[in-house]
Amino acid sequence: MNPRGVAAASVGLWACNLCKLVSKSPLQASMGHCPRCGARIHARKPHAVVRTWALLITAAVLYVPANVLPVMETSSLFGFQKDTILSGVVYLWTSGSQPLSLLVFIASIAVPLLKLTSLAFLLASVQFRSVWRPDQRVRLYRTVEFIGRWSMLDIYVGAILVALVHFQGLATIVAGPGATAFGAVVVLTMFAAMSFDPRLIWDPAGNIRVG
Amino acid sequence: MSDNPQQPDLPEIPRAVPARGSRWPPQLIWLIPLAAVVIGGWLAVTTILEQGPTITITFKTGEGIVPGKTKIKYKDVDVGIVKTVVVAEDLKTVIVSAELAKAAEKHLVDDTRFWVVHARISGSGVSGLATLLSGSYIAVDVGHAAAKRRSFAGLEIPPAIVADVPGRQFTLHAQNLGSLAIGSPVYFRRLQVGQVAAYDLDADGSGVSVKIFINSPFDRYVNSVTRFWHASGIDLSLDAGGVRVTTESLVSLLIGGLAFETPAQSASTAPAPPDTEFILFPTREEAARNPDRLVENYILVFRESVRGLAVGAPVDFRGIVIGEVASINVDYDPVKADIVIPVEIRLYPDRLSSRYRGRPAQSRNSRDLLDKMVERGFRAQLRTGNLLTGQIYVALDLFPGAAKAKLDWTKRPLELPTVPGSLQELQTTMASIASKLDRVPFDTLGANLDETLRNAGSLLKRIDTEVAPELHATLENARRTLSSAERVLSPDTPLQVDAREAMREIARAAQAFRILADYLERHPEALISGKKEDPK
Repeated sequence: MNPRGVAAASVGLWACNLCKLVSKSPLQASMGHCPRCGARIHARKPHAVVRTWALLITAAVLYVPANVLPVMETSSLFGFQKDTILSGVVYLWTSGSQPLSLLVFIASIAVPLLKLTSLAFLLASVQFRSVWRPDQRVRLYRTVEFIGRWSMLDIYVGAILVALVHFQGLATIVAGPGATAFGAVVVLTMFAAMSFDPRLIWDPAGNIRVG
Repeated sequence: MSDNPQQPDLPEIPRAVPARGSRWPPQLIWLIPLAAVVIGGWLAVTTILEQGPTITITFKTGEGIVPGKTKIKYKDVDVGIVKTVVVAEDLKTVIVSAELAKAAEKHLVDDTRFWVVHARISGSGVSGLATLLSGSYIAVDVGHAAAKRRSFAGLEIPPAIVADVPGRQFTLHAQNLGSLAIGSPVYFRRLQVGQVAAYDLDADGSGVSVKIFINSPFDRYVNSVTRFWHASGIDLSLDAGGVRVTTESLVSLLIGGLAFETPAQSASTAPAPPDTEFILFPTREEAARNPDRLVENYILVFRESVRGLAVGAPVDFRGIVIGEVASINVDYDPVKADIVIPVEIRLYPDRLSSRYRGRPAQSRNSRDLLDKMVERGFRAQLRTGNLLTGQIYVALDLFPGAAKAKLDWTKRPLELPTVPGSLQELQTTMASIASKLDRVPFDTLGANLDETLRNAGSLLKRIDTEVAPELHATLENARRTLSSAERVLSPDTPLQVDAREAMREIARAAQAFRILADYLERHPEALISGKKEDPK
């Protein structure tokens, strides 16, 4: 017996994603409803790879304007300033707040980039039906999913500043177009991570072919 | 593990309800990245299209210029931002590269100027205070030339005049710059109407060219005959007219300035076109003097000291300055074996005849006139203008008693006859008085006087010895007589008492007589019968 067990799909059993009820696959359809809670069930998330790819590519495209366009426009008595994420990091670093700078860099630049590359790697490995260390890849997937929400840090800071710093005439902070793009990147990578079906990682090992 | 899907025998596992697949084809998901790419692409394209030109400006220093922060402003509106500041390869300048707004592209022409604005304090005021808070910025003045360019040399000093101010620029030629600086005011009737825009040394080093800008509408007061002069600082002049202090304004006192004036009779002349060249005179007097177009030179030969006479000293006709001394020389007159001083003067006959401008001046007439004048005693004379400073001037006047003289019209320049100066005359008179005094025989006079005095002395002595004792005795007698007379006449002398007694007796007698007469009048019988006894 395989120590990793037998894939349920290979014996015609599906699990409901919602109430976790295991049921037998319907006889002629590739899709069905959970007999208990009525939720849609399937052996694997339908078109998971394609959907994840699409979201991932969108996120990758938006990652460029998120870093190039200003996320924050500060106008004060001393002038008007546009800051991109990177210029904020540089400013924090040069002004002596290196730990903060590092935090922002990791949360806003490194993590989204890592998510993008990790998901791309997972998707590619699934598509090529790789059997290379599936347990490690699943761990990577878990990390991606866990870390995803934290990369919204920058958006939080921006939102708080925009709301707080609003002294008419003295100083005003407005979120720039980069903030929108950045938010979209974060949300899209989260969706991508969600639409990915980690069970696909194990399937090549079990020789299961699922569309 | 078998290849065939095999259901474990678990009858309690329910079977899933079959469902239809999604109506939407799964490929539809690709619309999302497509939309992102389209939007991103559109953004990128517009950004690239909106990107303005990048220019380079060289400055001497990069003071106050911060890459990514320093703005480029036109009329205080941002039109660009400095991207980088690097030192030029020759280490002499800094090269600032800046990105400008798209709209600025067509204004990047040859005569567009850039300069750094920071807070400046100069004689004419404080500027750019706002930059103390916001930091320096690069200001731009848009030019009008046709030729485009992308690299500029930045100005070190802000230009005094920006291109779109209405008015006209003129060029002045001066001997020296005086105390002028860029921004020095230009006055017209003590009103500031413009300023110095630029100055430069002439290529041959013989003078300076000063570019000034006269603001509209004052520029129409500048025409072809306008005179400009330095109004810098205090003009303290000490001449035959005395001490004079002139200044245009306190500002020009501090930072120098210019003034101009247009002669009144030419006010109707059309305004001068831009970039007309003028001469900048050192003083107002010189500027005002110059309109004399007709200049005649004459020689005056003096045989006296010209101490106190300077080149430029006025030549005056009955108080009107009609010329000036051009040069003073020394000459040897071989005929009279004398050293003479020929003084060359410049006369402006216009000043004498300006009232009769309409009359045509003919040299023939003026020659006759001058001949006639000389015949009547028209002479030049040196006069003291200022006793304090000893300055003298040349006076032209009619001296009816002057020695006869004739003009020699063959000489060029013409020599006008002179008479000795008033001081000279005084000196001559004094000398003649002295020589007359000299002829008086003071020695003889002295001896005579001495003898006379001696005679007088002996006479006095005789009077003293002979007459005085006699006189003394006489006076003694007279005193005695007077004292006895006094004694006789004093009130308590017997004579006086007796006289008074006698007078009193006479009065009493008269009284008695009156009583008697009264009685007889009333009682005439008493004369016969005698006095009756009074009835008691």
